[in-house]
Amino acid sequence: MLAIVDSGGANIASVRFALERLGVRSELTADPAVIRAAEHVILPGVGSAVEGMKRLQAKGLVDCVRGLTQPVLGVCLGMQLLFDNSEEGPTETLGLVPGTVALLPASPDITVPHMGWNTILTAREDGLLAGLGPDARFYFVHSYAAPVNAFTVASCDHGTPFTAIVQRNNFTGVQFHPERSGAAGARLLKNFVEGRG
Amino acid sequence: MLARRIIPCLDVRDGQVVKGRQFRDHEVVGDIIELAQCYRDEGADELVFYDITASSDGRTVSTEWVTRVARVLDIPFCVAGGIRSLDGARQILHGGADKISLNSPALENPALITELATEFGSQCVVVGIDSRQEAGDYFVKQYTGDPNKTQPTRWRTIDWAREAQKLGAGEVVLNCMNQDGMRQGYDLTQLKLVRAELGIPLVASGGAGRIAHFHDVFRLAGVDGALAASVFHKGIIKIPALKEQLIADGISIRP
Repeated sequence: MLAIVDSGGANIASVRFALERLGVRSELTADPAVIRAAEHVILPGVGSAVEGMKRLQAKGLVDCVRGLTQPVLGVCLGMQLLFDNSEEGPTETLGLVPGTVALLPASPDITVPHMGWNTILTAREDGLLAGLGPDARFYFVHSYAAPVNAFTVASCDHGTPFTAIVQRNNFTGVQFHPERSGAAGARLLKNFVEGRG
Repeated sequence: MLARRIIPCLDVRDGQVVKGRQFRDHEVVGDIIELAQCYRDEGADELVFYDITASSDGRTVSTEWVTRVARVLDIPFCVAGGIRSLDGARQILHGGADKISLNSPALENPALITELATEFGSQCVVVGIDSRQEAGDYFVKQYTGDPNKTQPTRWRTIDWAREAQKLGAGEVVLNCMNQDGMRQGYDLTQLKLVRAELGIPLVASGGAGRIAHFHDVFRLAGVDGALAASVFHKGIIKIPALKEQLIADGISIRP
């Protein structure tokens, strides 16, 4: 069973529907016991880092998520929360990956939020990207981004380079929305649930 | 490199997709789910659903069809129409929409933009602006879903666009009303003016008639996305052919 952490974020339905299209059974839950027992866990989230952390705290899920040992996939804000802290707020986040999430700088040619389909640059081979070529595009929509570091699997560039996919131990995060990234996103989610990530 | 977006817009009335000319004389063009699937398969980058009657009738879109759309679509979509409160927005976002677009309600209560951006993040708060050229300037119109209820506002388009960004909007969709349904091309002058004022993404709307119009709006007005309705609904422009041409022209486009 795959557990989607019900942190009250807004993109929960679309993640659930994407899994449904892949034939993967998922349960939306805020119950730590159910989350701990799941084979896979997805941490979704849209909104601000402060609100996201508040929601996890209010549901008593901070230690639960930190202590998970099965594969965990953070999506968008869910990915940003894996890092140490965020300048959005600012707020301390889960501390599972080193680094500080910061606002993307805007310039005349670079609009923020970074909104739309972009390509990614693979930093190291990973099963999560199995079957996906360098031309694959994913749907991004965010104003804050994580720096590129030793745990970066793939980066993206929007005026400045940032981490598009991060992985440390059993925790993986994607800044884009695989549930809204067409066939490429569906393949990535499939790779995750089939244990390639 | 970030791709410029091609965005079919589906005007929804009473659960069906309709299209008018300069916001008048609506005719039914098809079923929401069928059209959504068709555009996804053709390579649309995003879809916008406007419930064009919601604002002027004082009601909010039903979330039932939002969820039906979210189930079948694997590309992002935005819902607009009479969203007046945090709860109304939450219902639509929780129903599976990626973004919500505010038009008349943002003019009635500008603080709503900030409220929604704080709760859900700027990235899912779009402000739609219906703009008409009058006496050498551009002005914002309200309640354009029904021509009998359309009203002027106190805002110049450029000022309202700037204000919307300041209040927390993550994107502006500029509907150039003089061009709507005319297929004579986007209002490049107006779009360029607004583009220069904003740091957030700008989507052009109103006037697409030929593939060259998309080329021009990306190259000459520098917009992030181009929205169109009738040319797609009536098959005058096919998205695969459009994208092929834009790619050949060297514009960053998702194939």
